[in-house]
Amino acid sequence: MVTLGDYLLVSGLLFTIGFAGVMLRRNIIIIFMSLELMLNAANLSLVAFSRFRVQPDGLPNYHAQVFVFFIITVAAAEVAVGLAIIVALYRARRTTNVEDIATLKF
Amino acid sequence: MPPFFFWFFALMTLGFGAGVIINRSPIASALSLVLSFIGLSALFLSLNAYFISVIQILVYAGAVMVLFLFIIMLLDLRAEERRKINVVAFAGGAAVSLALFVQIYRIIGALAAARQTFPPLQSGNTDDVRRVGLLLFGNYNLPFQIVGVLVLVATIGVIVLSKRELR
Repeated sequence: MVTLGDYLLVSGLLFTIGFAGVMLRRNIIIIFMSLELMLNAANLSLVAFSRFRVQPDGLPNYHAQVFVFFIITVAAAEVAVGLAIIVALYRARRTTNVEDIATLKF
Repeated sequence: MPPFFFWFFALMTLGFGAGVIINRSPIASALSLVLSFIGLSALFLSLNAYFISVIQILVYAGAVMVLFLFIIMLLDLRAEERRKINVVAFAGGAAVSLALFVQIYRIIGALAAARQTFPPLQSGNTDDVRRVGLLLFGNYNLPFQIVGVLVLVATIGVIVLSKRELR
């Protein structure tokens, strides 16, 4: 049988993949996609716990699913703003490589 | 859901998720991300979260990925040329990621509930859209309206950012 731990393990691995993408890749669009992967890994954990904590009336805990709904909404707004910033950056600097954007680097 | 399907979709999610950060071409990464999200949506389905599963496909595989592909094509990004990899930075990043995963793994291992299977649900329960909606418009009405304001602000922000001359 599939246990809660299996879902949490998949969620943790997905989060680690996203984190590794942010740490290792230099293309700003790939970094942004990795951020989306991390948000989705958190969603998977929330839904797994929602299904695990069955209420006395035999239903999953829907509060977690409302939380996931909010996360998806905020993530969609974040993608729109982030990609607009990337386009503005590309217009100014003609690059999407984070190593070429080092003005604020110490 | 039988364990076979769980592992199939989990491998699909993780495999294409790894494809996102391994591919050199941004378009291949974006398409891997779509497939990874579809696998994740199937995992939500296996957890009886039908509403979240449909929203996942609509918002991520539909709207967000079209936006990503649109921007990649607008900027006309090609596959990255091979740059000299900074070995110290690469090894450091990989080590930090590995440490993060080891910590997550140990926390899951220490959680007693992680070894339990999911308790059975009341049978014939498929009206989760109604139940999530009741919570959303009742219990979480104020946060819902605040999210509406947030989306409005994001829309205005994108319009301002997209203007050619920023003043």
